[in-house]
Amino acid sequence: MSLHTRSVAELAAGLAAKEYSAVELTEYFLARIGAANPALNAFVTVTPERALADARRADATLAAGKAGPLTGIPLAHKDIFCTDGIRTACGSRMLDNFIAPYDATVVERLAAAGTVMLGKTNMDEFAMGSSNETSFYGPVKNPWDLRKVPGGSSGGSAATVAARLAPVATGTDTGGSIRQPAALAGVSGIKPTYGRVSRHGMIAFASSLDQAGILAPSAADCARLLGAMAGFDPRDSTSVDRPVPDYVAGLGASLKGVRIGIVKEFFEHGLDAANGAVIHAAIDELAKLGATLVDISCPNLPLSVPTYYVVAPAECSSNLSRFDGVRFGHRCKDPKDLLDLYLRSRGEGFGPEVKRRVMTGTYVLSAGYYDAYYLRAQKVRTLITNEFRAAFAQVDLLAGPTSPTPAFDLGAKMDDPITMYLNDIYTIGANLAGLPAMSVPCGFVGGLPVGLQLLGPHFGESQVLAAGHAYQGVTDFHRRMPASYA
Amino acid sequence: MASTAARDGWEVVIGLEIHAQLATKSKIFSASATAYGAAPNSQASLVDLGYPGVLPVLNGEVVRMAVKFGLATGATIAPRSVFARKNYFYPDLPKGYQISQYERPIVEDGSLEILLDDGSRKTIGITRAHLEEDAGKSLHEGLANASGIDLNRAGTPLLEIVSEPDLRSAKEAVAYMKKVHTLVRYLEICDGNMQEGSFRCDANVSVRKLGAAKLGTRCEIKNVNSFRYVEKAINYEIERQIDVLDGGGVIKQETRLYDSAKDETRPMRSKEEANDYRYFPDPDLLPVDIEPAFIAAVQGSLPELPDDKAARFVRAYGLVAYDALVLTASRELADFYEAVVRALGGETAAAKLAANWVMGDFSAFLNRDGLEIATARVSAGHLAGLLVRILDATISGKIAKDVFEAMWAEGAEADVVIAAKGLRQITDVSAIEAAIEAVMAANPAQLADYRAGKDKLFGFFVGQAMKATQGKANPAQLNELLKKKLAP
Repeated sequence: MSLHTRSVAELAAGLAAKEYSAVELTEYFLARIGAANPALNAFVTVTPERALADARRADATLAAGKAGPLTGIPLAHKDIFCTDGIRTACGSRMLDNFIAPYDATVVERLAAAGTVMLGKTNMDEFAMGSSNETSFYGPVKNPWDLRKVPGGSSGGSAATVAARLAPVATGTDTGGSIRQPAALAGVSGIKPTYGRVSRHGMIAFASSLDQAGILAPSAADCARLLGAMAGFDPRDSTSVDRPVPDYVAGLGASLKGVRIGIVKEFFEHGLDAANGAVIHAAIDELAKLGATLVDISCPNLPLSVPTYYVVAPAECSSNLSRFDGVRFGHRCKDPKDLLDLYLRSRGEGFGPEVKRRVMTGTYVLSAGYYDAYYLRAQKVRTLITNEFRAAFAQVDLLAGPTSPTPAFDLGAKMDDPITMYLNDIYTIGANLAGLPAMSVPCGFVGGLPVGLQLLGPHFGESQVLAAGHAYQGVTDFHRRMPASYA
Repeated sequence: MASTAARDGWEVVIGLEIHAQLATKSKIFSASATAYGAAPNSQASLVDLGYPGVLPVLNGEVVRMAVKFGLATGATIAPRSVFARKNYFYPDLPKGYQISQYERPIVEDGSLEILLDDGSRKTIGITRAHLEEDAGKSLHEGLANASGIDLNRAGTPLLEIVSEPDLRSAKEAVAYMKKVHTLVRYLEICDGNMQEGSFRCDANVSVRKLGAAKLGTRCEIKNVNSFRYVEKAINYEIERQIDVLDGGGVIKQETRLYDSAKDETRPMRSKEEANDYRYFPDPDLLPVDIEPAFIAAVQGSLPELPDDKAARFVRAYGLVAYDALVLTASRELADFYEAVVRALGGETAAAKLAANWVMGDFSAFLNRDGLEIATARVSAGHLAGLLVRILDATISGKIAKDVFEAMWAEGAEADVVIAAKGLRQITDVSAIEAAIEAVMAANPAQLADYRAGKDKLFGFFVGQAMKATQGKANPAQLNELLKKKLAP
């Protein structure tokens, strides 16, 4: 049986038909992880005991006839989500010894829906990175080509889904951390509207930008999972109290008459020509499905990278202050005094990219620089948000590339942070404006996947998912798998 | 009102930052309890411990309390206020930042009036009042080579009330602090317990030459938690600063600590480097938006405020301003007083008598025994019962003091004590006359001298007759009858 090629709906149908049990399904994916993970390094922690316990519970629920659409579906959680009793390291030496004492809301809700947790996926340290190379646990390899990066920061989740080590995996996206790895690994990934999914239990990188989402082979699978994750949470003041639509029911919406904006600025600033050609072809497909294409310009969008690299480090410099060696996490040996405890615990616990951002953030918030950097960045952020609002007054969706290039070589950009940061040029805008955005596989360049990005207005997840689903109805890129894992 | 110069030629300028711990059941951003004195870290949740992934959620009750304070001080309630992060590292600050309101506080531009010694009133401006969380406590005692951290207090809600530099003496500062203390307890937003640190203040003190336009360099005296210490600390600091300046020195802007044992202020251990707090709006919390309807509802829930109550006491009961201020210093005392007055029928004469007794013996006994009004040994009804017996001349005011003491000791009603001890005043003419006649018979020589014109002996007969009645004869009646009987 090749269960890894099945969609979430097909897997659920198989469970309901008693074709296999949840335990068998779980064992199937645990075996795939066991075989593939040494080469891919997609998982940092595999939790077979927890997975089998979850699966037995799911089987009982199935037997009792009380199963929901996700009962018994195995998944992997990005190691940024706190998991009760299970190490939550966030890709960092700082938290290498940290056993979370509680479940994140995302973990709790997906568990309540009956899913089975296979383990925790690798990621860039504290989600800071675009290649998964900043992880304390080493880089994740791209299943399409082991010499390439899988993207980041949710690189472990993207590789997990690409190699079908789990049917789906959770991710988080602060500047593109779901969409860019989804594009580079050839899977679908959605970052919902800011506030749609609770951040409670998700270790903070940049609080005003962080948002949890899902990576899966298809838009339809994303829709199934997102519905179970989303919704108001009283433990997160920034989560929005607004009903969650039935995303699966919304998948049937047609693209006929849907106005799709093609943002001029998405096709400038370093877009690889071959990549661009694939994107244009994908956009033509959307037109063939009945969408009306509208040319749009967001002149301030190119400022999103510098804006992001002020706002995100500022917030991260403060968010990461709690890692001080006092209550949890890494503590240096034999501190001679308080200052020594702080300096060495943090100096040893954090890697270079995290330090770079903490220092940048500390700098832009300091007296004398605050107005010139932080305040100005917030103003530009407002301008960008307003441009998107204006765009969505004219169109229903926006489409463009997810990433300027396909997956690049491991190590290629590690010495040059600016080039690395420019990788997120097309994805950051959605985070700054809090918009829902998704990447769907739309072709290949040199055997490596390319992602089409679809953006919607605030709380427009249904439209975004439906457009992705319609596109996947006439294409098969999302079904293709890297040869070694097919 | 002329400012009170500490020494000739100098003017003192003081501003206070009062930290009032808000009397909520749970913390400002978590559901942990705020009760004082619990075992270390037993009231610290993952939020208070600053664990990875947890987020603050604002306790709406603190907003209501801050709005109450703002309305009671005639302040502007900001339609939108914002929580910011004040970033610094310290072991008792779990997140590495304190959540506080910085650029946009919830309350701005209020004022309070204080009563000065000469009976005049002075308005003290309140620049702002903002919400923030308290830090935990570092414990260094009893731990060898280590420090303990108790995070029970971390996340306790505080209202920081910042005055304008309008205060001109330690006495004014104390009067203002007491006024705020009274107000927050009236509003039931703070228990005012200074020993437990629920109400404490930082004093910014500077001096300048009288008439100088520019303020002198100020020093901040941190964390003083009693009225007496505030007065002493400020007075010490004023003298110190004038001494420095008179000696040709300069005042260094610094934070100082008041040592009550030595009655002096001294610089706090200077930090390794100057702190740059890198304030920025906390992205985990939404701005606090306050609707006019909410403000109106809070306004409607306000109790009668101390100043209004004091003015009413002056108007309705004919009290002097100072007595009204004393009686309204706490809601409990004012309520007790009014209960006594009501039981007496509310007449002005009775109200004044009641004021003297409540401020006098009643308060003195409370203090002596360290009791609260709620646990006082004499109830308002019982005190009124005693005052009735003074007013109807059953006992004299002097006897009443003995009766009160017995009531306090035994928890008995006045009439019971009077009857049991036979303290009822004698108003029966024949009984008084009999006593007078006995005294006259026993002292024939004095009687003869008096009748011969030695008027001074009248006092001797009053004393003897009083003694014969064990002090119970109605003094006025006794006088009148004596005059009649002694006449030749």
